[in-house]
Amino acid sequence: MARHPMTGNEMSSEAESRLERHHYDVVIVGAGGAGLRAAIAAHEAGAHTAIVCKSLLGKAHTVMAEGGIAAAMGNRWPEDNWEVHFRDTMRGGKMLNNWRMAQLHAQEAPERVQELEDWGALFDRTEDGLISQRDFGGHKYARLAHVGDRTGLEMIRTLQQRAVALGIDVFMECTITDLLKAAGTDEEGPIAGAFGYWRETGRFVVFEAPSVILATGGIGKAYKVTSNSWEYTGDGHALALRAGASLINMEFVQFHPTGMVWPPSVKGLLVTESVRGDGGILKNSEGKRFMFDYIPEFFKAETADSEEEADRWYDDKKNNRRPPELLPRDEVARAINSEIKAGRGTPHGGIYLDIASRRDADFIRKRLPSMYHQFKELADVDITAEPMEIGPTCHYVMGGVEVDPDTEATSITGLYAVGECSGGMHGSNRLGGNSLSDLLVFGSRAGAAAAAYVSGLDVLPKADEHAVQAGERRAVAAFTGSGEGGENPYTIQHDLQQAMNDLVGIIRTSSELEESLSSIEALKERAKAMAVEGHRQYNPGWHLALDLRNMLLVSECIAKAALERQESRGGHTRDDFPGPDPEWGAKNLVLRLNAAGTGVDLTHQPLPVMPDDLKSYFEE
Amino acid sequence: MGYDLKMRIWRGDQSGGDLQDYTVEVSEGEVVLDAIHRLQATQSGDLAVRWNCKAGKCGSCSAEINGRPRLLCMTRLSDFDQTETITVTPMRAFPVIRDLVTDVSFNYEKARELPSFQPQPRDADGKRRMMQVDVERGQEFRKCIECFLCQDTCHVVRDHEDNKPAFAGPRFFLRYAELDMHPLDTHDRRALAQDAAGLGMCNITKCCTEVCPEGIRITDNAIIPMKERVVDRKFDPLVWLGSKIGVRNRDNDGRTDPRDPD
Ligand SMILES: Cc1cc2nc3c(=O)[nH]c(=O)nc-3n(C[C@H](O)[C@H](O)[C@H](O)COP(=O)(O)OP(=O)(O)OC[C@H]3O[C@@H](n4cnc5c(N)ncnc54)[C@H](O)[C@@H]3O)c2cc1C
Ligand code: SF4
Ligand code: SF4
Ligand code: FES
Repeated sequence: MARHPMTGNEMSSEAESRLERHHYDVVIVGAGGAGLRAAIAAHEAGAHTAIVCKSLLGKAHTVMAEGGIAAAMGNRWPEDNWEVHFRDTMRGGKMLNNWRMAQLHAQEAPERVQELEDWGALFDRTEDGLISQRDFGGHKYARLAHVGDRTGLEMIRTLQQRAVALGIDVFMECTITDLLKAAGTDEEGPIAGAFGYWRETGRFVVFEAPSVILATGGIGKAYKVTSNSWEYTGDGHALALRAGASLINMEFVQFHPTGMVWPPSVKGLLVTESVRGDGGILKNSEGKRFMFDYIPEFFKAETADSEEEADRWYDDKKNNRRPPELLPRDEVARAINSEIKAGRGTPHGGIYLDIASRRDADFIRKRLPSMYHQFKELADVDITAEPMEIGPTCHYVMGGVEVDPDTEATSITGLYAVGECSGGMHGSNRLGGNSLSDLLVFGSRAGAAAAAYVSGLDVLPKADEHAVQAGERRAVAAFTGSGEGGENPYTIQHDLQQAMNDLVGIIRTSSELEESLSSIEALKERAKAMAVEGHRQYNPGWHLALDLRNMLLVSECIAKAALERQESRGGHTRDDFPGPDPEWGAKNLVLRLNAAGTGVDLTHQPLPVMPDDLKSYFEE
Repeated sequence: MGYDLKMRIWRGDQSGGDLQDYTVEVSEGEVVLDAIHRLQATQSGDLAVRWNCKAGKCGSCSAEINGRPRLLCMTRLSDFDQTETITVTPMRAFPVIRDLVTDVSFNYEKARELPSFQPQPRDADGKRRMMQVDVERGQEFRKCIECFLCQDTCHVVRDHEDNKPAFAGPRFFLRYAELDMHPLDTHDRRALAQDAAGLGMCNITKCCTEVCPEGIRITDNAIIPMKERVVDRKFDPLVWLGSKIGVRNRDNDGRTDPRDPD
């Protein structure tokens, strides 16, 4: 076979029609931090493991993470421990987190980070030679292990190199479009594999495997202004729904307070929170440091109320409270939004993030090299000399596949979900740095759990061949479809992004949410008549047409849950219900595919109750 | 502020192809990748190009712009005259798959040939200690985003397919150097770098350094020091003598050659 043994590159076009088959114990969809860590764990537990990813190995979103990995190692602050990290995480998520996930995450993150060092990661050091830890919003102590502002690159490279050293099979530029269930079972039946296509050739491929771990990342490409890449089309979310699993917390979308706003070509690109952690402040067009006007009751006790105290904090953290710029992201994003709306924005519709007047040029270049480079190269702005213009950008989805906290198993036997595509861990709002640690902690657990499940099986489930054929038919429909008069997938994507941005954005109301749902229905109709030009070999238009199916389903989940939740909490702000409501604070909204398979149904579900010993951390 | 940009883009696959002319509307502050995306969305939905981060962080969008290896997302249109035609072609050193997308599996194969990091045990408290100055050398190399532009540029393989099996290329010399300079690594990879990876074939022209979008000083900071260390190991009679009479120099301290059976 002409296929390259590792990358799967198939250069011969006559192979196009042949269906390729592979057999594994565990197939992992996604090669970001979560997928790679899961693969390492599954392999180490003895499972025959494969990783499948849409891009080349090492290019997943994780590579873009900047600030750091949150883990209470106590290298800077011996007072820090898992209990404090747990408390910060729950409070950041406005208590809607799955408590057990937040607990496991805080307990296991330190060892997972130190393990990266065993595999070759080179973190920045403290004066004593330990892993350095930096300040981030919502974390009581300096807690983020980091490498300048390119922590994600260090993490993905380390995991990638480890996976390669272990000889784990990687199928790159291969997109999974359907999960396969066992033949002859109902909707609840177990997983038997996955179906997809090679992007390079358009050839179809079947992975037969009793367990599949979804690690596909987020949904940000459903929004117009986003820090996310083309890959973030909610594939894992949609695959899980269609396989019969449920999603939770979908109404909670994190808008990062600081995205670039100018030039248009980079609008939405992330400006790391470390800029604020390292001394940067937010100012409006009148030069006012406005965050002091936006300190919510919930965080008053731990936030500085004067500029003097806030500035002293950087040097003396014991005797001063944190600057309000370091409140959790949802608070800062809302504040920026209000300032802009009130007409105090910058010429390009943002506000100012200023580190130039507060730190010397050497410090800035050393601590924030990528940001320096990014602004210099893309906006002609020297951040050591002038303030940056920034505004909120869609960044992260708290919602995802509902999983068992200890094993990351979904309600479908053999199906697991980890990383950004899973839900529960972050509640209504994620703290910075808590995603990278989430990937490591739960990636490791899922890999081990999936391997254990497979080793306990006597008979392997057999994939339903009808589903394979249906997958093939669906995938080529856009070529054979209505032909002329068919819509361009790029136009549909554009219209969806605009609708989500305008109607399901950072501030929401019931009328707009209702409008968004009818827009999504109309887009679904238009998508049925999509037409794609060209052939199946590396055809981005076709790839987008296939991804759109997932984006539309996931957008519907977000809009539906956002309309239902009549309160404001974390990453969900309702103009018509401005405050949090304790009754809503005790519930999750759960989404499942409807019986016809054309949309989603929503139900309410009580939040798991935290044991009393953990509750005591929240008594003031 | 917008204007019509003239572009020539190579379209085709492994069976052949040619440059095709396009005119696309662009605006202030845009990069070459924006122009290509607009072409995709409005004129040519099947134009193949790789990208992910659009911020110079992932190394996906490598191609050649007016013959020069560059990242499409970090090349600003303002670098060119508005009347100039911008020509975009796929990386030349790798087999083309389609349009601007090439088969870069050569690099993934080379990555697999490299012996991985072998650390000393952790300290008694379960942590590891390294000084910032000691990790900084390796950190410079670990900034690599694997865009493979240096691999594309290096004349040893650019037009010499036959050299590929014996030559890992600058990106992997960087990796050898990184591991060799890692404060906690226990392997001695110098002989391997010289023999299996073909470090000896590099004649330090520095072309790789010139195209590196991360500004890594590949030749000065990785290749040349690595070459010096290889020479040390090979010929330096004092080192040889030292290793015989039990005086250890820092380079050999606690390291073993992965090719030697333990
Ligand atoms: C700019 C930026 C900066 C950030 N900074 C930080 C930070 O400092 N700290 C922090 O904790 N978090 C940060 N985050 C968030 C964090 O990076 C992400 O949440 C996290 O990396 C997601 O990891 P993942 O493993 O879940 O998914 P990803 O790393 O996104 O990987 C997803 C993988 O799934 C694959 N995939 C998707 N769909 C399919 C399919 N259908 N078939 C096959 N493969 C598929 C993709 O190819 C990819 O390999 C940042 C995010 C961004 C965008
Ligand atoms: S310095 Fe060496 S590796 Fe770099 S381009 Fe020249 S020959 Fe190639
Ligand atoms: S060393 Fe530089 S040019 Fe070479 S792959 Fe890495 S980032 Fe690209
Ligand atoms: S798209 Fe990531 S480097 Fe260009």
